[in-house]
Amino acid sequence: MKAASFQYYAPTSIADVVALMAEHSDAGIRILAGGQSLVPTMAYRLARPAHLIDINRIAGLDQITDHGEFLEIGALVRHEGFAANRLPARLGAILAHIANHIAHRPIRARGTFCGSLAHADPASEWCLVAATLEAELIAESARGVRTISSADYFRGIMSTALEDDEFLTSVRIRRPADDTLFGFFEYSRRHGDFALAASLVSFQLTAGLMQNVRLGLGGVEDYPRRLAEVESLLEGQSPSAAVFTRAGDLAAQHVNPSAADVDYRIELVKTVVERALQHANETT
Amino acid sequence: MKITLTLNGNKHQVDVEPRHTLTDVIRDACGYTGTHLGCEHGVCGACTIIVDGEAIRACLMFAIQADGRTIRTIEGLAQGNTLHPLQEAFVKHHALQCGYCTPGFLMLATHALEKNPDITDAELQDVLSSNLCRCTGYQNILAAVQDARDTMRTPS
Repeated sequence: MKAASFQYYAPTSIADVVALMAEHSDAGIRILAGGQSLVPTMAYRLARPAHLIDINRIAGLDQITDHGEFLEIGALVRHEGFAANRLPARLGAILAHIANHIAHRPIRARGTFCGSLAHADPASEWCLVAATLEAELIAESARGVRTISSADYFRGIMSTALEDDEFLTSVRIRRPADDTLFGFFEYSRRHGDFALAASLVSFQLTAGLMQNVRLGLGGVEDYPRRLAEVESLLEGQSPSAAVFTRAGDLAAQHVNPSAADVDYRIELVKTVVERALQHANETT
Repeated sequence: MKITLTLNGNKHQVDVEPRHTLTDVIRDACGYTGTHLGCEHGVCGACTIIVDGEAIRACLMFAIQADGRTIRTIEGLAQGNTLHPLQEAFVKHHALQCGYCTPGFLMLATHALEKNPDITDAELQDVLSSNLCRCTGYQNILAAVQDARDTMRTPS
């Protein structure tokens, strides 16, 4: 369980990273941020990059910047960076809550938000966040900078729209209206383990009715996505236990689990959707 | 490639390949074999050490990333013949059996208590859930760390 040989680089600027990626993308090149998923993958030799770019010596990438309209999360923001209570109230609270579901503390001290999105594990909490909320991914290469909507980003299990020579420098999350409520529920077999199913939901309450409902599901299919049918069911409804149960049942009808034990996963979908909605409703 | 590690206060200049993990270099090149390798893929926590004040899994960091950094391992915990309060508490509460996971637990707990001397029992349970122990059933480890916390914050 030792990684294969590779060339190591520790550049100090984004310009140097994209130049290296342009030069070596044909030979197999990977970005090393927190390394909490990439290093084990290399130890198993599932990944054998010939070139490895360590971005940890680039200054300024470890910031979450509040631009008002959106939050910008730099490529070196660690999972534990969301624990500090310095983000917009409800959005900050739900991100901190979700961060605590990611593995364990030593992992959260190293692993990064953007790294999770680049890795695109189907069970990733941050991938669920990006898929459910309005997120844009900023990809830089020697060819220029482009913005990828989270709706167009995920392509399959650990497969994304990023090209071989592109570096995910930051992710932007559009700031929801201040009265937006959030709910999250994840089920895993052990504390800190991979999610078998997880759901994130957000909505506003106008005159007691749910508006602008967003409901995402992760851990079940090849990549997390919003469930449009369930959002339509909930839109304009008054929140209640009966409605949440119907939402869970409808979600279960519209998923195609890619992981083993399909029937069990479908049962879990009902539970996590219902409980994510309950969680949001409890925060009112 | 030549790198310099400050290990428990001593400078070590070692020649490494980029693919060598920090655990392998600490054990094989520097000779500190107290840091154990369990799973080698970031699950068990046996290789937990403190790098620049952060508890991390040394199997998930390449040694070359630690060039110039300050590292603490289990060998740096006792002062001469005087055991660290956490080590005393592990003995007192029988918090180890085979001992393989112990260095990782001790470094994890050392970091947690240094970061927050008033850490609650519930927070400790969350922190200690990071690492695997197949002997003790965890209760004795929790009891030992809670005892050490209480000892360390009582001015003597």
